[in-house]
Amino acid sequence: MSGIALAGLSKTYRSPEGPVHAVRGIDVSIAAGETVALLGPNGAGKSTTIDMLLGLARPDAGEVTVFGRPPAQAVADGAIGAMLQTGELIRDLDVRELVAMVASLYPRPLGVEETLELCGIGDIGGRRTHKLSGGQTQRVRFAIALVSDPELLVLDEPTVAMDVEGRHSFWTTMRAFAARGKTVLFATHYLEEADAYADRVVLMAHGRVVADGPPTEIKGLVGSRTIRATLPGVDLGALEALPGVTGAERRGEAVVLVCADSDAAIRALLSAYPEAADIEIAGAGLEQAFLQLTGDGAAEAVTA
Amino acid sequence: MNATYLRFELLRTLRNRRFLFLSLGFPLVFYLLVAGSARGVKNLGGSGLSAPLYYMVGLVAFGTMSAMLSSGARIAAERQAGWHRQVRITPLPPSAYLRAKVVTGYLMALLTILVLSVAGAAMGVRIPAGRWLEMVGLILVGLIPFAALGILIGHLLSVESIGPAMGGGIALLAFLGGTWFPIPDHGVLHVVGQLLPSYWLVQAGHIALGGAAWGTRGWIVMAAWSIVLARLAMRAFERDTTRV
Repeated sequence: MSGIALAGLSKTYRSPEGPVHAVRGIDVSIAAGETVALLGPNGAGKSTTIDMLLGLARPDAGEVTVFGRPPAQAVADGAIGAMLQTGELIRDLDVRELVAMVASLYPRPLGVEETLELCGIGDIGGRRTHKLSGGQTQRVRFAIALVSDPELLVLDEPTVAMDVEGRHSFWTTMRAFAARGKTVLFATHYLEEADAYADRVVLMAHGRVVADGPPTEIKGLVGSRTIRATLPGVDLGALEALPGVTGAERRGEAVVLVCADSDAAIRALLSAYPEAADIEIAGAGLEQAFLQLTGDGAAEAVTA
Repeated sequence: MNATYLRFELLRTLRNRRFLFLSLGFPLVFYLLVAGSARGVKNLGGSGLSAPLYYMVGLVAFGTMSAMLSSGARIAAERQAGWHRQVRITPLPPSAYLRAKVVTGYLMALLTILVLSVAGAAMGVRIPAGRWLEMVGLILVGLIPFAALGILIGHLLSVESIGPAMGGGIALLAFLGGTWFPIPDHGVLHVVGQLLPSYWLVQAGHIALGGAAWGTRGWIVMAAWSIVLARLAMRAFERDTTRV
């Protein structure tokens, strides 16, 4: 079975401030059975891409195919399960009833109890949907996405309302589901989630795909750290030549090293300059990494 | 239609106690107040109907209009909550989603008719079973334009604006349709009333005495409203839900 293809997709929204070029020509293909993370900061175009994948938004240009069909057909066949970024649960039903109601819409659903257990909400099956915590609500929404036993599972920033423990068990469930040979696409703005749970990461910024590869590769691109140390009068060229360091600059008495491999860099720094003091190591953060990768992309997003 | 899905939709409506209580309670209280004070009137305002019968059907019109339009309020609320997007990525056809909402509206309408019929009987209204059934059938047909109107406003209006729109719209339609007093047989009110679907709902009361309710004019007006509102509703609905 062929996988998922997003070919030449673009989408522009009107807004009071003028047109917003949410997605500007992206090409992504996903093989059946792959788990792919769509990684990017807010406003990168992740949700718009997902809306077009699900047939909730019409692309201005380009084409989506899901297992060789248009999205509407894949949805009608029950091949897609999705957890959208926002959305409340309807009221006046308990959790079990709501999941059963959604299950009834699909040709080959999982069992309701099985789904509740899978999502770790077997104990709240009898609770009304409006009496759930934020994390519980997310799990019920996950159950709604899973109950159809879809070939393609789409998750748009699924862990936003969850605590650390909740996140961990959520991803464990997702991995178990993916292991059944399912295709999974999830959007996130956490590099750690993409790194830990995806086979492949598609990095988006300003409506474009800026990188696409295995998590280790993407991590190398955007996972840079900085080392800051007080080291007066040192030669910047010598610092840049240290292993793991990609750039160095001076801030008064201190220097800041941008590192692809901060572990190697700190060891080399300390052996070469034992007098280095006030050392701080910090993650550069996705936003900063995206700026490095996309150059003046922010300005382009406004004017293009 | 998917029976499980429909069953849960109906269950949700019946579980919403406040909604149920207010929807059935208001027409009943109005009826007891208005008809109770005119219990002995045999020919209300020249309508040819006794006050308890006339007001029974008048408040059935009021209550069932509300019941049908409240489907629209539910649609608007589910749109606002983002639930309609979740539904759109299931195989449930958008038309089946709407059908379930219309059936829910009709269920509430039937409950309203039952409650007011019992209250009418307590006020001395006596209708042969066959005629009662015929009257109820005609009222259900007469609710078609309101089903379409509910869908229309459910897709056009926000949750915040649908309350006042429904309250004001129903009050006006009920007033001009003759819920509170029989529309005179001449003059402006007569001309305006005969153009409104609510007027013909109220006229269904004539069946109880074996008379005709609508005549050609009534059927034409009802058909025209049904067609126009259904087309507008379909357009609003498709604009909102087209899958790609």
